[in-house]
Amino acid sequence: MSSLRRFVAEGSAQRWLTASAVLVSLAMIAGLVLVVVQVAGGFFWPRPLFELQLADGTVLLGEEWGKEPDPASPGNVRTRIKVGNRDIEGADYRWVRSSDIQAMRTPPDAWLVERREYGSFFGFPVRLEVGSEQVPAADAGLRARLAAEIAVTERLRREEKDIVTRLEAAHRPVAKLQTRLSSAALRGAPTEALKAELEAASRREAELAGPLLERLVAVRDQEGRSRLVLRTASGAERAVRTADIVRTVPANQLAFGGKLAVYASRWWEFLSAEPREANTEGGILPAIFGTALMVLLMTVAVVPLGVVTAVYLNEYARDNAFTAAVRLALANLAGVPSIVFGAFGLAFFVYAVGGSIDRFFFSDVLPTPTFGTGGILWAALTLALLTLPVVVVATEEGLQSVPQAVRDGARALGATRWQTLRRVVLPYATPGILTGTILAIARGAGEVAPLMLTGVVKLAPSLPLDRTWPFLHLERKFMHLGFHIYDVGFQSPNVEAAKPMVYATVLVLLVLVVVLNLAAILLRNRLRKRLRGAVV
Amino acid sequence: MSAAPSALETRNLYAGFGDTEVLRGITLAVPARRVTALIGPSGCGKSTLLRCFNRMNDHLAGFFRRGAVLVEGRDVYDPAWSLEALRFGVGMVFQKPNPFPLSIRDNVLFGPTLAGVKDRTALEETLVVSLQRANLWDEVKDALGRSALQLSGGQQQRLCIARALASSPDALLLDEPASALDPIATAKLEEAVLELAQHVTVLLVTHNLQQAARVASRTAFLYLGALVEEGDTAELFSAPREKLTEEYITGRFG
Repeated sequence: MSSLRRFVAEGSAQRWLTASAVLVSLAMIAGLVLVVVQVAGGFFWPRPLFELQLADGTVLLGEEWGKEPDPASPGNVRTRIKVGNRDIEGADYRWVRSSDIQAMRTPPDAWLVERREYGSFFGFPVRLEVGSEQVPAADAGLRARLAAEIAVTERLRREEKDIVTRLEAAHRPVAKLQTRLSSAALRGAPTEALKAELEAASRREAELAGPLLERLVAVRDQEGRSRLVLRTASGAERAVRTADIVRTVPANQLAFGGKLAVYASRWWEFLSAEPREANTEGGILPAIFGTALMVLLMTVAVVPLGVVTAVYLNEYARDNAFTAAVRLALANLAGVPSIVFGAFGLAFFVYAVGGSIDRFFFSDVLPTPTFGTGGILWAALTLALLTLPVVVVATEEGLQSVPQAVRDGARALGATRWQTLRRVVLPYATPGILTGTILAIARGAGEVAPLMLTGVVKLAPSLPLDRTWPFLHLERKFMHLGFHIYDVGFQSPNVEAAKPMVYATVLVLLVLVVVLNLAAILLRNRLRKRLRGAVV
Repeated sequence: MSAAPSALETRNLYAGFGDTEVLRGITLAVPARRVTALIGPSGCGKSTLLRCFNRMNDHLAGFFRRGAVLVEGRDVYDPAWSLEALRFGVGMVFQKPNPFPLSIRDNVLFGPTLAGVKDRTALEETLVVSLQRANLWDEVKDALGRSALQLSGGQQQRLCIARALASSPDALLLDEPASALDPIATAKLEEAVLELAQHVTVLLVTHNLQQAARVASRTAFLYLGALVEEGDTAELFSAPREKLTEEYITGRFG
């Protein structure tokens, strides 16, 4: 008993308690990171292809994606096999009872073909057809020839995309005039002039589109000439257009180097391509881009506003009931649920501000909204409001840390209050301001709920930044990593197939937040170094 | 010596904060281009008196004053004389070194750039002369771009003197400038102050009587907000007229 009392009195108990609190926090963070890294990291690694002979005579070809106790027959194990071939089988995954498997082998000539549509295809290559020319699978030059064909069709696809972009550009004036026309008709305004304009625009579009359409047909025709014929495990033959092939993986023949190359190429695709198949395949580039741009816009909005607010509160305002109320309001703002900010952003920014902008500047296309609907600007401003307290509080702390002696020194040299603030106090408070910025970024980058009301979408047709004037399209809707996780993980038609994508997206979001934070922290440390040794 | 024109002057000056009267009818004339020391026990009003000359007291809550404060014969409360212009003419160095988080160069040229001096050669000359007069030039001439915060405490304090000198003030107010320094740094600072007196009027508040004896040609003794005695330093220390002065300098109180 006395030893226990001593244990408490000497502070050992307290030390153990506090240390275990740290340990629990560390374990939770490490566990999260570990799970995410493990699942996301393993997702892109090529797996061996198994051919399974089942008791009922079916033959399956696919990858193994986990084992678990069979709920239907206790004591048995069932295996989840990714069989792919969604267009034939209907589903990507199948549960196979271990007791049903009669034979299992890894056929060396089995291929995994990743397609732009209908997901993966598992099968055995039969031949490559280019026009009337046929290259049989036995031909040693098949893979090289296929790679060349993929490169050719890749170029064709790019041309196709370019033509479509130009067709869209050619149609844009017509679409705009149509919106204006229907808007004018609704308002009862005269429409004759618009109609004439629309006719002229349509004629111009037809002139421009004619040759483009011809070329598009030719390109698509050429794309269709090259096909890879494969045989499924059950023996059916199936042709896949080369243009639809993302990559072919002869998984059972790959050495470590080959697997690594596939792994790297899959990660690169994930980071640099647009999503396919309702976001369950392809990449997340638009989401990465949207997140980064939104956070950037938010930072640009919140830092000046927060700093100016803190400067007024700390440097100019008297300590009275009003400033106390303002501080209290700011502290409470930090505790408001983020969805409330979303609702406020929708009501205030989108409908009130955006609606007014539309009435004043874009009235000719009403009721089609321009700014009066969710967009990246409104989302960024909503998050700026959400993170404002963080910036204000951190900046105030930074300002309070500036020694009075230094302020007096500047005043005694004949600096006015403003000059003192700008040339001495603010440089001194910069690390504090950056701390606030870091916290705001960390909070803003991970926030999803308010965005769902103010401008995020599951698939944005175009990035908010492109090569058409005015380059930065603040009214556009955008994709966001956090929402992407929600959408792919819970709203997707093919949740099972998309689950690893969720982990991979989480990993990217975590890395993005860490990178944004790290950049701000490095900047702050550099400034701190300059201030080190300051008298206080 | 008493015929020398007075650069800083107060006439029957009463001042204080809120309900507390700190200065009680001080009439003092500080001669130009000399070092004058203000001595007295803690709380006697030395610093308050010093800060009257550049109106630094005005920023403190509840400050009031009656009576005239003159710099070069001109009332510091003259509405035509802006606070900023007054402070260009009357520099100040504080107890603790307070360099700005800027380079050594930018610290020294803070005043001139505020005043709108743009001429680079003039600025460069000011930089060199100010640092030389502050007895710091030889130590920092190769590192003018370095952060002032990396200097030692004594160097920082001499930098603060150089910074005050860069506006070419008529007078320099030193508020216990050596109180945070070690003996060697103090010696270097005193050396700088002695040389300064050739160019500017120096009013030095100090707790250290030996320091007053070493650097000041005249000394004023304040007690409880009143000026007890003012005169030639050597005379004041060897043959004080007032009994209170004698008791203070012989260490019987203070």
